[in-house]
Order: sequence, then structure tokens, then C-alpha cells
Amino acid sequence: MHNAHDIALLLARFQFAFTVGVHIVFPAFSIGLAAYLAVLEGLWLTTGRQVFLDLYRYWIKAFSIVFGMGVVSGLVMAYEFGTNWSIFSKKAGPITGVLLSYEVMTAFFLEAGFLGVMLFGMNKVGRGLHFAATCCVSIGTLISTTWILASNSWMQTPRGYRIDPTSGQFLPDDWLAIIFNPSFPYRLVHMTLAAFLSVAFAVGATGAWHMLKSRREGKISSEPVRVMFSMAMWMATIVAPVQILVGDAHGLNTLKYQPAKLAAMEGDWTSEGHAPELLFGIPNMKTEHTDYAVGIPLVGSLILTHSLDGKVPGMKDFPRDQRPPSQIIFFSFRIMVALGMLMLLVGLWSLWHRRNNTLFTSPLFHRVALAMAPAGFLALLCGWVTTEVGRQPWTVYGLLRTADSVSPVVLSSMAVSMTIFVIVYIFVFGSGLGILVRMLGHEPKEGESNPDPAQAPEILAIRTHPAVVNASTGKGA
Amino acid sequence: MMDFAHWLPIIWGVILIAAISIYVVLDGFDLGIGMLFALERDRTRRDVMVSTIAPVWDGNETWMVLGGAVLYGVFPGAYATLLPAFYLPIIVMLASLIFRGVAFEFRVMTRGTVRERHWDFGFMAGSTLAAFCQGTILGGVIQGVSVTDGTFSGSAFDWLTPFGVLCGFSVMCGYALLGATWLVWRTTGQLEAACRHWAARLAVGLFAGIVAVSLWTPFLHEPYLHRWTDWPDILLVAPVPLLLVALGALMASALRKGHSRVPFLCALGWFFLCLTGLGITIWPYAVPPSLTLWDVSSPPSSQFFQLVGTAIMLPIILTYTIYSYRVFRGKVSETDGYH
Ligand code: HDD
Ligand code: HEM
Ligand code: HEM
Repeated sequence: MHNAHDIALLLARFQFAFTVGVHIVFPAFSIGLAAYLAVLEGLWLTTGRQVFLDLYRYWIKAFSIVFGMGVVSGLVMAYEFGTNWSIFSKKAGPITGVLLSYEVMTAFFLEAGFLGVMLFGMNKVGRGLHFAATCCVSIGTLISTTWILASNSWMQTPRGYRIDPTSGQFLPDDWLAIIFNPSFPYRLVHMTLAAFLSVAFAVGATGAWHMLKSRREGKISSEPVRVMFSMAMWMATIVAPVQILVGDAHGLNTLKYQPAKLAAMEGDWTSEGHAPELLFGIPNMKTEHTDYAVGIPLVGSLILTHSLDGKVPGMKDFPRDQRPPSQIIFFSFRIMVALGMLMLLVGLWSLWHRRNNTLFTSPLFHRVALAMAPAGFLALLCGWVTTEVGRQPWTVYGLLRTADSVSPVVLSSMAVSMTIFVIVYIFVFGSGLGILVRMLGHEPKEGESNPDPAQAPEILAIRTHPAVVNASTGKGA
Repeated sequence: MMDFAHWLPIIWGVILIAAISIYVVLDGFDLGIGMLFALERDRTRRDVMVSTIAPVWDGNETWMVLGGAVLYGVFPGAYATLLPAFYLPIIVMLASLIFRGVAFEFRVMTRGTVRERHWDFGFMAGSTLAAFCQGTILGGVIQGVSVTDGTFSGSAFDWLTPFGVLCGFSVMCGYALLGATWLVWRTTGQLEAACRHWAARLAVGLFAGIVAVSLWTPFLHEPYLHRWTDWPDILLVAPVPLLLVALGALMASALRKGHSRVPFLCALGWFFLCLTGLGITIWPYAVPPSLTLWDVSSPPSSQFFQLVGTAIMLPIILTYTIYSYRVFRGKVSETDGYH
């Protein structure tokens, strides 16, 4: 039987997962794209090649849309802790709230302050300063990642705190221990690489689309298209294997600090040495068994302990009320890993095409690259679902239960807010995605002349954004 | 140490009021410009209006994120009672701000299609609704929130009172006035003339709102009344209404005489006085009428750590914010718009 409180809790959880799941896609896009734009502008300033400027102009439009959506969906997050998780905020605020404040002061203001200059200011500040603004925005996104992941990782592997016996509040004892908690370095590296990979595959798919289109029209593809495709494939080739190694290290870290989560990810019920690695199965929380299991003998132990007889935890080691729901994370984890492997294969395949000089001419490869467009974002979302659902039934691991974190808000209010968010998000972010896709459907424009970088400010300003208005000289779009 | 622990929440209270004031003023004129879309139908002039804020709106909204984060980290007790208490207006405000925020890009990207009109409408409606919600939330805080054992114990619609609605409309008027006077400063020609005209009317509306709210507030709670009538407190507060009238007179004459910057500065002055008056009224409560700043604050170790970061970062933030405003200074005229 469910009472109103249980349903309100369920709605609060679903709402948080929905809003943060939408949010995270945009920052991940911004993190990767800002870095890409900084690289493009840097390359253009040093080599003076027109193609980098063309690509910069092309991608900065996408950036302005994605960033705007990241900001408005993030604003919701900053208040949702209080509206939906007030007990959690009151107890953990002295730690997580402070980390969020640091994020605002060191990252959000930096991004926001220089975003205007980046988007609109090229004809006002000159190239050096404009490049600096692009770099500031990119660094801002990375600092932002650092703080929010410190906060999230602290919730996963809390350290450096004391619990106030009367109020139940977490009191900070050692800020370095709080920030550099055991899972933080792994999560930070893994997430940042995930953002880079996501953008690499999005950029690669855009390039592939335009090459396929040119081919259909019997033209040869333009230089910017080829350059963006090649850059994206280099990224995939280099970053995908690193990401897999980092993911493996992350898993070992989880084994050490959150064994129940790991057992649920693996679908293992009894703790054993010589454990198999399950490729498929349906974990059943009631019968405490993974049905239809298909596994490779010994590999589970090998991956998780790097030895054949290493002992791997099972869910029966933990009381029933401390087990995360295995069905969800068993699959989300496998989808992420499968996508990671696929990315690796695409990267290797691109090397083979490069050697044969067919990188820009193989329609099959281009079709595959196009299909991989959402792969990074999907893997990233699956990773987060694994992380967060695997933390259940806790918000602060082992210390504060999710059920004890929720606000005293009545069910009807929760239902109203959920409805508002679903409708508004689908409408607004759906439209945004549509606008983005349509925009990327246009081929990047090639610069008419081969201008020398000294005239750059004017060109950039006029092309980067239609809303440029030059107040002092009246020049502009 | 005891003393320091006593002072920390006071320092933070001042910082929070300052952050809220900066937010109200900066995002106030952004939202005001959104509302003025209802009065200005011409696309070229709308583009000029948007151009004056497009490079800075994100930074302006970040002050709101800072306000939320400071409440969460330094006054978690207030964050955890106020947000559930104003659950519905906050959700509606956040949803409205989504429309406002994406409209900057979307209306340009959908140029020439019917959807451009939709995003223009979203920009206008989102700004208006967000302003109204912020006003009712402000009114709700002044009215007070029912709290038992440090948690919110009222019902979902406690905030919806005549006083709250009055505050909502006053804030709408105020933001529209900020927007109009900002445009008087930053634009020329027909748009500037229209804004002068609107500003005069909005100023009258806002003044009426301020008077009504000020007369009503002291009767909401006993301590409020004493704050404004007891000797010697009255010495402290008496200049507030006088300055209010003086600034109003100055604004009226500046609007008539064609000054470009003075009306905006006068509107800022009004906001500053109102927020100061508000601070004086509810002091030392964070959640009137029961929780003081000390009841809701986090442990000194949290407050101190955050203060160190703030002391270092805030001057830097202000420096580059001013820098980015300076990059985009000067009048934006209609011929500068997109063609
Ligand atoms: C492009 C995205 C992407 C790709 C290809 C991978 N991951 Fe991942 N993974 C993420 C994106 C991600 C993520 C979204 O970024 C997560 C969620 C939280 C985090 O820090 O990273 C994550 C979490 C995450 C966790 C959960 C840790 C925890 O919370 O306890 C593990 C064990 C792995 N990953 C392991 C892997 C392995 C072994 C991969 C190799 C094939 C892999 N990931 C590919
Ligand atoms: C780093 C920032 C994040 C923080 C601080 C955070 C914190 C939280 C909190 C407080 C909850 C609610 C309590 C709970 O149910 O455990 C939650 C749940 C959840 N979050 Fe996160 N989260 C973060 C990022 C993400 C991201 C990016 C995703 C992407 C999909 C995500 C997915 C989820 C899911 C699926 C749940 C629901 C889990 C469940 O209730 O079963 N989280 N998280
Ligand atoms: C649940 C927790 C989260 C909260 C409360 C939150 C809050 C916010 C807010 C308020 C903004 C807008 C900032 C601005 O005004 O410029 C934002 C943007 C951003 N967030 Fe989140 N966020 C959360 C989860 C995450 C996660 C998990 C990541 C990445 C790992 C992340 C990375 C970013 C980045 C890089 C930006 C700036 C780029 C952009 O706006 O697109 N956030 N977030």
C-alpha cells in the first residue's frame, strides 16, 4: 500500500531525476563545445587558416543555444534542492550548499561575465582579449564541473564531516577531505572525458551528415566539413580508450567504497571468488537471483580485482533495506559500457580509414558516424543513472536516507510541479533541440577571401551572431 | 570565538541583502524590458530593446543563483523552510524564467516564421509572470511563514493573500519602470521617447504601490509597527520616506527635461530605499515571525569557509562584471539593429 507521503516521495525523486537528466545534457555539451571553440580560435590565431575561423563561427551559434538552455535548466536545479529536498538541504546544506556557492562564485560568474564578450564582443575588444574570453568561458565550465562533482561525490563517499547530535546536521570538519573525497578524482576525470566524447561524436556526426549530403548531390565536401570530421575522429580515437581505463578505475573505486552498488551493477547475489562477468540477465530483487544469466566465467573477478580468484561482493551481503534496485543499474551500466566499446571501435576504424586515405570517402563509415550522434550523451545519462540509482536508498551514502530527505510538501503541489516541468521542458527543450538540429543541417559557410588575421575582429563580429549590435560605430550584423 | 560566531550571521545577512538587491536591480531591468514587449510591437525596436541586455542577462541572473546558493550554504534553515513555503510560486517563477532565458536565442533563430511570434510572446509572458511571482514571494516573506520545530507547517496557498498580490503588482510595476528608464538611457529616437512616456506612468504606479505596501506592513506584525514608530528607532527610519519623495520629484523632472541617465539612477534609488526599509522592518528575522538569522544559520565553520571565498571572489566578480558592461556601453540606436 502506498500512502500520500510515499507517492510524493516517488514524485520528488522522479522530478529530480528528470530535471537533472535534462540539465546535464546541456552542460556536458557546453563543457565539450567551449573547449573545442577555444582550440579552434587558438588554431586560427596561430595558423591564420580560414577554415578554423569558419568552424568557430559555425559552432559558436550552436554554443549560444546550448549554453542558454544549460543556464535556465540549471537555475531550476539550484532551487530544487530546497523545494523538493528541504530536509536534505537543511542537514547537508552546511557542506553541499557551501560547495555550490563556491561553484557560483568561481565558475558561473566567470562564464556569464565573459559569455557576452565571447558572443557579441569581437569587434569591441580585439583578438587577444576575445580569445581570452573564450578561454575564460571554457575554464569556467571546467571549474563548474569540479565543484558540482565534489558535491555529488561527497554524497557518494562522505568524508571530513561530523554529525551534530541534536540537529542531525552534517558539520564540516575538514574541507580538503570533503572536497577530495575518495570517489571525487575518478568521477571528475570520467565526467569531463564523457563531455568531450559526447561533443566529439556530435561534431563527427554533423560532419558525416554533410559529407553524405554532398555525396548525394555529387559534390565534394567542403574543407570545414572535412576538418571538423577529422578532428572529431581524432578525439574519439584518443579519448575513448582512456575513458575505458578511467571507467575501470572508477569501478574499482566503487568496489572499495560502495560494494552494494557494485554488486547491484554486476547482478551478483552471493559473494564469491572466481566470479563470472554477466553479459545479460534480469536481476530479481524478490527471489534474490539473476534470471536468464549469460556470463563469461572468471572474467568478473578478473575485471574487478585484476586476479582470477578475487572475491567479488554479492547483494546478499547487505540487508534488504540497504540494497539499490539492481534491475535499473544492471542495464544502465551495461548500456554505458557497450557504448564505450562501440566508441573505441569507431575510433580504431577511423585510423584504418585514415591509413587507406578513405576517411572522407567511405559512405558506410559516415553512416555509422552519423548514427553515433547521440552515443556520448546516452552513455553519459546511463552512467549517471548507474551512479545515482546505485546510491539508493541513501542521499548521503550510508548516513541519510532518501525517504528522510524529502520536503514536507503536499502531494498535490508535487504533482502540479511535475506536470509543469514535464510540459515546459518537452516544449522548450524540444524546440531548442529542433532549432539546433535544423541549424546544424546547414553547411558551414566558407570565408569568401583568405583574410589576414589582422582584420579578424570585423569578420568574426559580423558573422558569429546575428544579434550583434555595435553601439559606438553603428557597424554590425 | 563566541563573539565571532555571533557576528558571522550578521555579516552574511548583509551580504545576502546586497546580493538580492543587486539581483533585483540587474535582473529587474531585464525582466522589465520583457514586460515592455507588451507595449512595443515593432520588431526593429524590439530587437534594439533585446540588444541592450543580450550580452549581460546571464550574468544578471547568476545573482539569483548566488542568492539561492548562499541561503542553502549559510542559512540552510531558511532555505529549507522558505522554499517549501513558497513552493508553487517558485516553481512557476522558474518555469517562467526558462521561457525568458531561451527567448533571446530562439526568437532570432526562428526569424521570419510564426514561431518567432511565439517566442516573443514567451519572452513577454515569462518576464511578467516571473516578476509577479517574485513580488508575491517577497510579500509572503514579510507576512510571515508558519513554522513548527524549524520546518514549514503551513499550507500550499498561504502566500496567496491580498497583501501578496499587491506586492506582486508593485514589483511588476517596479521592474517595468527599471526597464523603461534603462531604455531611456541606452536608446534613442522613437523608442526613447516612448520609454519616457511609459516611465512616467509606471513611476506613478510604483509610487502608489510603495505607499500602499508601506502603510500595510506595520500592521502585519507587532514588532514591525514598533520598528517604525518607537523612539529612537524612528530617527533611523524617518529619512526613508522623505528620500523616497525627493527621488520621485527628481525622476519626474529628469524625465521631462530629457536627461538620459538620471531617471534610471532615481529608479535604482527607489529600489535601494525599499530594500533597506524592508531589511529594517524584518530584522533580525530570516523567516518572520519566528526564526532569526541565528536560528537558521549553518555552523561557523561553514560560514567562515564560505566567507573566505566570498571575500576573495566578490571583488573579482564585480570587476569583470563592470568590465563587461563597459564593453557594451553607449546608446544603441534603431539604425544599429539587425537588417
Ligand atoms: C560518454 C560517456 C561515458 C562512457 C563512454 C563511459 N562512461 Fe562510465 N560514466 C559516465 C559516462 C561514461 C558518467 C555519466 O560520466 C558517469 C556518471 C557519474 C560519473 O562520474 O560518471 C559514469 C559512471 C560510471 C561508473 C559508476 C561509478 C559509481 O558511481 O560508483 C562506472 C563504474 C563507470 N562509469 C565505468 C565505465 C566503464 C567501465 C566504461 C567503459 C566502457 C564507461 N564507464 C564508459
Ligand atoms: C552532480 C550533481 C548531482 C547531485 C548533487 C545530485 C543529487 C541528487 C539528489 C539529491 C537526488 C534525490 C535523492 C535521491 O533520490 O537520491 C538525486 C537523485 C537522482 N539523480 Fe542525481 N544528482 C546529481 C546529478 C545527477 C545527474 C547528472 C543525473 C543524470 C541523469 C542524476 C540522476 C539522478 C537520478 C536518476 C536520481 C533518482 C534516483 C532514485 O531516486 O532512484 N543525478 N540526485
Ligand atoms: C543537481 C545539481 C546541479 C545544480 C544545482 C546545478 C546548477 C546549475 C546552474 C544554476 C547553472 C546555470 C549557471 C549560470 O547561471 O551560468 C548550471 C550550469 C552548469 N552546470 Fe549545473 N547543476 C547541477 C548539476 C550539474 C552537473 C552534474 C554538472 C556537470 C558535471 C553541471 C555542470 C554545469 C556546467 C558546466 C554549467 C555551465 C554551462 C551551461 O550553463 O551550460 N551541473 N548548473
